[in-house]
Amino acid sequence: MKNKISPFLPLRPGTQPDYLHPSYVSSILRSPRQPLIVVPQTLSELSGPVFGHNGFGEFDNDLTQQHAGAPLGERIIVSGRVLDENDRPVSRALVEVWQANAAGRYMHKKDQHAAPLDPNFSGAGRFLTDDSGYYRFVTIKPGAYPWKNHANAWRPAHIHFSLFGAGLLTRLVTQMYFPGDPLLPYDPIYNCLNDERAQQRMISSFDLENTVPDTALAYHYDIVLRGRDATPMEEQR
Amino acid sequence: MSFPATASQTVGPYFSIGLSYLNSVSVCAESAEGEHISISGQVLDGDGVPVPDAQLELWQADDKGRFAGFDPGESGATAEDFQGFARIPTDERGVFRFHTIRPGTVVTLEGTSQAPHIVVLLFMRGLLKHLVTRIYFANDPRNTGDPVLLTVPPERRQTLLAEPTAEQPEQYRWDIRLQGENETVFFAY
Ligand SMILES: [Fe+2]
Repeated sequence: MKNKISPFLPLRPGTQPDYLHPSYVSSILRSPRQPLIVVPQTLSELSGPVFGHNGFGEFDNDLTQQHAGAPLGERIIVSGRVLDENDRPVSRALVEVWQANAAGRYMHKKDQHAAPLDPNFSGAGRFLTDDSGYYRFVTIKPGAYPWKNHANAWRPAHIHFSLFGAGLLTRLVTQMYFPGDPLLPYDPIYNCLNDERAQQRMISSFDLENTVPDTALAYHYDIVLRGRDATPMEEQR
Repeated sequence: MSFPATASQTVGPYFSIGLSYLNSVSVCAESAEGEHISISGQVLDGDGVPVPDAQLELWQADDKGRFAGFDPGESGATAEDFQGFARIPTDERGVFRFHTIRPGTVVTLEGTSQAPHIVVLLFMRGLLKHLVTRIYFANDPRNTGDPVLLTVPPERRQTLLAEPTAEQPEQYRWDIRLQGENETVFFAY
């Protein structure tokens, strides 16, 4: 099969954070000071790794079934679609998720928050989107947790998402938040954009239709990856 | 275009619980064709302090300039033993190390050729979105005609060059400096 190579369209202004965001203290010493250098897109970035189920475990799309017992917390179903900016589904995207347990504690040696670990919850999952760009996984609602960014700083409840679409320039790591979280206005990471609408797109919506009676509540979260120019160019030889 | 892209957010301090299952030390198998090399270096923050919680993702062509899973036409597909991708964490000293083969030349969309290079995506707590850079090879004569390197101011190009070590020429050194003198060049596309 012959490849049609379309370059990616520029990201729209205001949709992505700057590297330096001083109220997020860790960005001060870790963000570049020189401006990024804009370079031409080449095959090296228009291509990208393609993933199958390699390395997946049986319950990587159900974080409530990875141990002998059920984890504590509110069981939820998270689903949605991965789309590009042209509103086309991104099929077979690799989606990786990780999160704190219901008490706001990560199963990570560096997490010192004095909340209990849950032996029945590791908090990591991975899956591929289907042909319609659809994904679905089962987990528990993560708790908020304190961090050292400023006095009495708490992260709003969130699930970390990592995505590989078609082409390296679609790579995205983001966080999904929950509607109505009172901590959102105080969080420098969520508020890194100075664009309320762009920020609100990171908030999932309550999804009554996908709740399972007596079993699980549900949230809907669509993710949009960078899109290509809709008119492909023939590859040069 | 109807929907703007979702905003990037930092990986935070605990990404290893979700991402480390893909960690490796090699971009390709030992059996892959080509000149086998290793590259190591250190990630340093604005105070020159090593970053112990960074993650590199590498993407490169095989020795014939082909990308895995991406058929460039007449030259055919890559071999089974060449993945071209690796996810490498830094250790507690901010050090990363990986094995690969020296990539071939890759064409641009205009049909010109690029010098051998490895694309690097860099993730860590403190980065609200990942950084993109490239590793080139200091001793490669093709660097002088590379369209991406030529876009970089000459005095900053050396931040993209992996240097062969004196002891073992198949081992290269390439550091990432996030700020300050010799700040690594990062790209936007
Ligand atoms: Fe987190």
